[in-house]
This record gives sequence, C-alpha cells and structure tokens, in this order.
Amino acid sequence: MTLQPDMFKSLVKVAAEQVIASAPELTALDQAIGDGDHGTNMKRGCEAVLNKLDTISAQPLDEAFKTIGKTLVMTVGGASGPLYGSFFLAAGEALSGKNLPEDLVEVFGSGVNAVSARGRSHVGEKTMLDVLVPVLETLKADAGRADLIERVRTTASEALARTAPMQATKGRASFLGPRSVGHLDPGARSSCVLLNAVCSTLEAQP
Amino acid sequence: MNDTVGIVIVSHSKDIAKGTADMVRQMVGSEVKVAFCGGNPEGGLGTNVALIMDAINDAWSSKGVAILVDLGGAETNSEMAVEMLEPERRKMVVVCNAPIVEGAVMAATEAAGGSSLEQVRAVAEELTAG
Repeated sequence: MTLQPDMFKSLVKVAAEQVIASAPELTALDQAIGDGDHGTNMKRGCEAVLNKLDTISAQPLDEAFKTIGKTLVMTVGGASGPLYGSFFLAAGEALSGKNLPEDLVEVFGSGVNAVSARGRSHVGEKTMLDVLVPVLETLKADAGRADLIERVRTTASEALARTAPMQATKGRASFLGPRSVGHLDPGARSSCVLLNAVCSTLEAQP
Repeated sequence: MNDTVGIVIVSHSKDIAKGTADMVRQMVGSEVKVAFCGGNPEGGLGTNVALIMDAINDAWSSKGVAILVDLGGAETNSEMAVEMLEPERRKMVVVCNAPIVEGAVMAATEAAGGSSLEQVRAVAEELTAG
C-alpha cells in the first residue's frame, strides 16, 4: 500500500474541516485555561490550508507537508502556529526520500520531536505532546497490526483524557498553576481531532 | 559607519507594541532603529510570523537585532520568524528573556552606546535575573 495523491488530498481536507468544525469547542477549552484563541487560530490556519488544497495535493509528499507547515506558521497567529507548523515542516523534511505509510514512525517521530523542541516541552506538561507522544509509541509498538487505526484512536482519546488531571507547566495555562487541573488541554484536543480525522478517513477507504 | 543594534518589539497587542516603541524613541532618541508589530493575521490580539519578519528587516543593522516579546505565543512566533530568515541573518537575531517595556528601553539604551548584540541582550535579561 502506498499513500495515493487522492487519498492524501482527502486526508488533508477532512482533517482541516474537522478542526474548523471543532473550533468552538477548542475555544471553550482554551477560555478555561488559556487565552481563548485556540479555536479561531486553528480555524484560520486550516482555512488557509484548504485554500491551498489543490496546490498541496499536486506537490510531492515531502513538499506538500512543508507547504502545510509554512501555511500554518504564517496564518495561525498563536503559539499553536509554530508548534503545528514545526510538526509538518520537520515531517516534510523527514519524508525526503521516504514513503508513507512505510516510514510513518520515522516521519511522525520527527514531527513530534520538532514540537517538543519548539515548545521546549515534554510529556506530562499538559500540552499537545501528551497526545502526540503516546500515539507515536502506539505507532511503534503496533506497526503492521490489522487494528492499528483503532489502537491509534483509542490511544489518542485516552491520552487526551489524561491531560485533565495534569497541572500545566508550559504555555499560558501554567499561569493558573493548580487551577489548570480538571480541564482538558486545548492543544491536546486539537491533536486528537486531527488524528481522529485521519483515522476515520483511512477507515472509510474501500 | 557606527551602526547600533536594532530593536524589535513584538506584543499580542499592536497598541502595546506601538506604545513601547514610542517610549523607547522618547527615552533613547532616534539613533537606534526600533520596529514593532502586534496582532494576529486578522488584526485581533495575537502575533504573526510574517509581520515579525518584516519588523526584523525594518530594524536590521550590521550589529544584529534584539527582539523583546510579551507572552508565550509572541516568543514562539518570534523564534519561528528568526528561523525563517536567510541563514546569515539568523545568527544575528536574539529573542531576549526580559519584560517587554523595561527590556526594550534598557536594550535600546545599551544599543545606543554602540554595544554588541550580546551586551544588549545581557542588559535586558538582567531585569529577569532580579
């Protein structure tokens, strides 16, 4: 199996649309522990990606990832722009000479490392890394299994739920100290939305 | 020519960025190049990599540029903007870990005396060291 251009185009389209649809929820989560702009910022970035969808889907995969990354960096406006942007820029870099899905672990891992470096953050600090890192571990551990997609989905939603009891030590939410406990992390939620969109699109494949 | 380190002010609010730049100009004078930006790509509160890159280029000096930021996203977006500059410019730009208003005034005062980028950054960051 190789990732076909049409498939890639629908993955990007559905992921962007799902984030746009969840903008009110992301904003509500961010109003609780951040500055309340995560939904509108991600919506703006995903709309910009959708506007470039034809260009993106005509590019080689590595360039397409970089275009998505650069578009997010330039349009999102909050810290999530450079964070998600760095994910796609680094993943695109790692894709050079590689293929999906064969090299998924390496490509996804490069993206996750870039998010960690950009945010100077690690697992357990109530950020999108608390979803991305467990998903990377699942991709490594369960590669080749028939139910990999379902496992990724489960990992992501369980990892998201674990951000609620965490106390934030990075980002705006860290200003709240113990008051950040009890709320889902907005960035972890948007990562979950993106991953779920990819899982659903792959599952719907004939 | 005796170039001085340029100063860039990046706030989530354009009004804060402009007000800070006004204070720097009044207190330090016009020998130091000061550029500022604030607001997301739609003009609301936030920061914008493209505008930060423009501000860095506007304040460009052969001695480099020091950036002062307010909150998290301004720092992350400023670091991203620096990485997107041409390679030879990247190493001549620093994001200072300092309060935006006091840091900008202190950095510009130091820059006006002809100090290096590292000296300018150190003076601004002394404010954080307490």
